[in-house]
Amino acid sequence: MGLDSLYKEVILDHYRNPRNRAELADVHRHADGNNPLCGDKISLELTIDGDIVTGIAVRGQGCSISQAAGSLMSEAIKGKDLQEIARLRQLFATMMTSDQSIVDPERPGAVLGELEALAGVKAFPVRIKCASLPWATLDVALAGNAEPANTD
Amino acid sequence: MDVRSDFPILASNNLAFLDSAASSQKPEAVIAAMDSMLRSGYANVHRGAYRLSAEATDAYEAARAKVATFIGASSPREVIFTRGTTTAMNMLAAKWGGDRLVPGDNVVLSVMEHHANLVPWQFLKGVELRFANLTDDYALDMDSLRSQVDERTRIISITGMSNVLGTITPIDQIRAVADTIGATVIVDGAQLVPHLQVDVRTLGADFLAFSAHKMLGPTGIGVLWGRMELLDEMEPFEGGGEMIDEVGLFESTWAPVPHKFEAGTPPIVEAIGLGAAVDYLTNLGMDAVRKHDAELTGYALDRLATVPYVTVYGPTDLNIRGGAISFTLGDIHPHDLSTILDENGVAVRAGHHCARPLMDHLGIPATARASFSVYSSADEVDQLVAGLELAAKLFGIDS
Repeated sequence: MGLDSLYKEVILDHYRNPRNRAELADVHRHADGNNPLCGDKISLELTIDGDIVTGIAVRGQGCSISQAAGSLMSEAIKGKDLQEIARLRQLFATMMTSDQSIVDPERPGAVLGELEALAGVKAFPVRIKCASLPWATLDVALAGNAEPANTD
Repeated sequence: MDVRSDFPILASNNLAFLDSAASSQKPEAVIAAMDSMLRSGYANVHRGAYRLSAEATDAYEAARAKVATFIGASSPREVIFTRGTTTAMNMLAAKWGGDRLVPGDNVVLSVMEHHANLVPWQFLKGVELRFANLTDDYALDMDSLRSQVDERTRIISITGMSNVLGTITPIDQIRAVADTIGATVIVDGAQLVPHLQVDVRTLGADFLAFSAHKMLGPTGIGVLWGRMELLDEMEPFEGGGEMIDEVGLFESTWAPVPHKFEAGTPPIVEAIGLGAAVDYLTNLGMDAVRKHDAELTGYALDRLATVPYVTVYGPTDLNIRGGAISFTLGDIHPHDLSTILDENGVAVRAGHHCARPLMDHLGIPATARASFSVYSSADEVDQLVAGLELAAKLFGIDS
């Protein structure tokens, strides 16, 4: 895997133009995540109606992978119910850590949509924690845990 | 300086290794000295009455003498082996600081200190920490330092060379300020000692700390040098074997300096390695080492200036900087930069370089840093620049 698979256009686009940054009117869950060793930071807010995440705000500071991953995650889970979010989260973790590819090369995006753009990160082990930070932060927010997330 | 063939790791891969400020590679001479000690000379020191232990002790103490000569110490006894600079700074903060300072006293540092010369001082309760600023050219601002010092300043503890900016500080001027109020001067020499001739007789420091692994030696050993009368006055940091004189059930007395600061079995093989590194650097000549470093730094700064959107954080004046060059490239995060460079065979450090407050001071989250040692070459700088041009293209900032 080369750099082109790590820095896909989708990732650079989400890094340069991150989605869902605006503050929410109703914040039901909130969590901060950071990787102290590399300084990546993610701040996550959720509005939850029943079991649907109706609003999400992601702000942060850090490398393109961590920030694009946050933006991509926000698009992926907005409007989804908690069960579907748990399923996506599991698939994402598998994509990042398992030797088995979950992505169908014949049908790009069929399994995880734009999130599949991050599949190339797996070839750069020291960067996996960057891509995982927003999801670890989401775990904390959904668990209602007061401790900040970190993936170091 | 053509010494690359002395470093086995450089022969076995094509990596442009530009992270020597984090830790340097080791020459064959150091590897061989440690290997030989382990194979044929090893026993514990200062304990056994048998010949092998006596010889190991002689070798260990000979390493101490080499270090003493290398830094101009008046006696090998002024050289204390520690685990590294960090341990030395913790010893000083606890025993020269914590034992002696009272609430209301202050310690003056600078905003560019490594965490090792910051966090240990934060342990001192009631002691005020003050920080000297930098000039616009990233030199230590002596006016700022003077303004921080008052009659309650007991210690001024400053890096001799910044691991982030490369800035070399004027220790003689700091000494003059300290003398006006009778403060102690501590120098974090982790970057200074590997790159410049240091003579503690003229340096102006009361204490100097440095690590072997940044000066071609092994990990796990470093040095605390101090003026003998101060070391005599300072209490031990750790208790245990070797550091004692008489031991009773309820109280004990200490061995003389340096052994009172070397509790437990010391890093014996590592001391032999450090001694070999000192021999190696002495053979090269520290003036030649400094010349090589300054030439390469000048070349690198010139080359980096040709890359659009590169910002260098550090002095432009080569006389007050060493070969640690921090930079950013446009809005590319240093971790992205580091990954791209790595894919192109260039190893640089990316992050806050254990100097988080300095990053805040500079108003940036992180930098990439290229740093040099005796084996570093202009070719490696060219490789770095080529990698940066590629990164700029990949991120679309090569306008």
